[in-house]
Amino acid sequence: MMALIIAAREFRTLFISPLAWAVLGVMQLILGFMFLTQLDYYLMLQPRIAGMEDAPGITDMIIVPLFGNTGVLMLLVTPLLTMRLIAEERRNRTLSLLFSAPVSISEIILGKFFGVFAFLLVMVALIALMPLSLLLGGGLDFGKLAACLLAMALLLGSFASIGLYISAHSAQPTVAAVATFGALLGLWIIDWSGKSDDKSGGVLQELSLLHHYENLLRGLVSTTDLAYFFLVIFAFIVLSVHSLDNDRLQK
Amino acid sequence: MNTLIEVEQLYRYYGDHCAVKNVGFTLEKGEILGFLGPNGAGKSTTMQIICGNLAPSSGRIVVNGVDMLDQPREAKRALGYLPEIPPLYRELTVDEYLEYCAQLHRIPRRRQARAIAIARERCGLGDVGARLINNLSKGYQQRVGIAQAIIHMPAVIILDEPTVGLDPIQIREIRELIRELGKEHGVILSTHILPEVQESCTHVQIIHQGQLVLRDTIDGLERQMSNSSLLLTTARPLDVERVNGLDAVQSVDDLGAHQYRVYHEKDGNPAEQIARTVVESGCGLLEMVAERRSLEQVFIDMTNTADSLQELPS
Repeated sequence: MMALIIAAREFRTLFISPLAWAVLGVMQLILGFMFLTQLDYYLMLQPRIAGMEDAPGITDMIIVPLFGNTGVLMLLVTPLLTMRLIAEERRNRTLSLLFSAPVSISEIILGKFFGVFAFLLVMVALIALMPLSLLLGGGLDFGKLAACLLAMALLLGSFASIGLYISAHSAQPTVAAVATFGALLGLWIIDWSGKSDDKSGGVLQELSLLHHYENLLRGLVSTTDLAYFFLVIFAFIVLSVHSLDNDRLQK
Repeated sequence: MNTLIEVEQLYRYYGDHCAVKNVGFTLEKGEILGFLGPNGAGKSTTMQIICGNLAPSSGRIVVNGVDMLDQPREAKRALGYLPEIPPLYRELTVDEYLEYCAQLHRIPRRRQARAIAIARERCGLGDVGARLINNLSKGYQQRVGIAQAIIHMPAVIILDEPTVGLDPIQIREIRELIRELGKEHGVILSTHILPEVQESCTHVQIIHQGQLVLRDTIDGLERQMSNSSLLLTTARPLDVERVNGLDAVQSVDDLGAHQYRVYHEKDGNPAEQIARTVVESGCGLLEMVAERRSLEQVFIDMTNTADSLQELPS
């Protein structure tokens, strides 16, 4: 209940700042461009693959790459949205408002998380409009689209909770942003080293955000991938609670 | 039950440094407690601990009958806290901000508008409700901070240096507000502006190097400050021997230029006797002033003699 109030405030505060609008606008522009390029490419290929058996449909040809690109873009953008969550409040000394109110630390963290997550979901909804516009001229594989949207939501949830944790650790938003970007990128590419030989790559691959994200994008909604994302989200929320509680304990 | 705050044996360490050492006191309803101390004495730390913003190393805090460490949520309901730097969201308007505070303090939705209106009116924020906090002057921002602390009508209001950086008129208004709040709530006020304590508080407490060195009512403090010396100015050199010979006089200091300071015992007032003696000895009494120790002096004495501390009854 209290978490919802904090989340609502956080959500509205995001929309007060020009940053959120800029992020929404720029993302929409870039993804729109990517979407159209992909559509162009598909139209060019369409006559050639039309005769093929088991030919990839527009969902595979347009939507899956679009969501893949969105994942990479969000890797850059999410740190900008999560950096201020706690760090800015700490810097402006406004945390004491929350600490003095009858609200527990977990409620503060959950509120912050859901506030920024709600914003990210708005973004997912806007992005989803692009594939849906294809319905004007053709049919879609809704199962696959749903898997893509789920993958996107889970990925952004993980980004948000990692960003929140790092923000809870720092007193400067920009430092939090850089550190979050580093952490996310690290988790994204951690399986690169393992690609060459399969033996050592196993563990690292399981740790990679990209690996699990791609699995879901392919339309394979498996418990492993879902569990991975839920674990990441949950773990970093718990860690954030501890980190914020350290403010109270201090040294 | 009228004891609003009970603090017992509070300790707080930062690493090896002990910021608060065995602090204990109580606050009753209707009291305005002035918390005095030099910078870095532990005022803010103590206040943060009472408000649950900082965990004590050891000790017990009971707010309105609820233990702060066991049930922080319940205890915080009875507290309103204005930290040294008001926790304001500058990108919000005053009304939006106060609405958020009201929600955080679990004021039911239907009573929120009224609570905001009352807090705004009490703090003189009537016509700035729609303005951005960022665009307000420092004085108004401070008032928004106070409004935030009283919006849920807490039993205890804790204000950390509420008049810092305000102009004299605003200071007077805030003091007025504090006195008014003291009628219905318990108030703890930290400051290093001494006259502020004399003007708005009923009790005073001096903290030095993390320890309480004085806890008294304002009346008690006034007595501490009462005169124990007289300042004499004479036309011709004073017969020091003769004045010194008087019963109540302890000593006489020659300040030069025919000025003398006569120390006497606290209880008696030998002014009349001294005047007669001086006049009789033909020195020509020009001026005689009873000296009062100012609060500053009491304060400096207290903080200087902190080494020779004895345990204070709390």
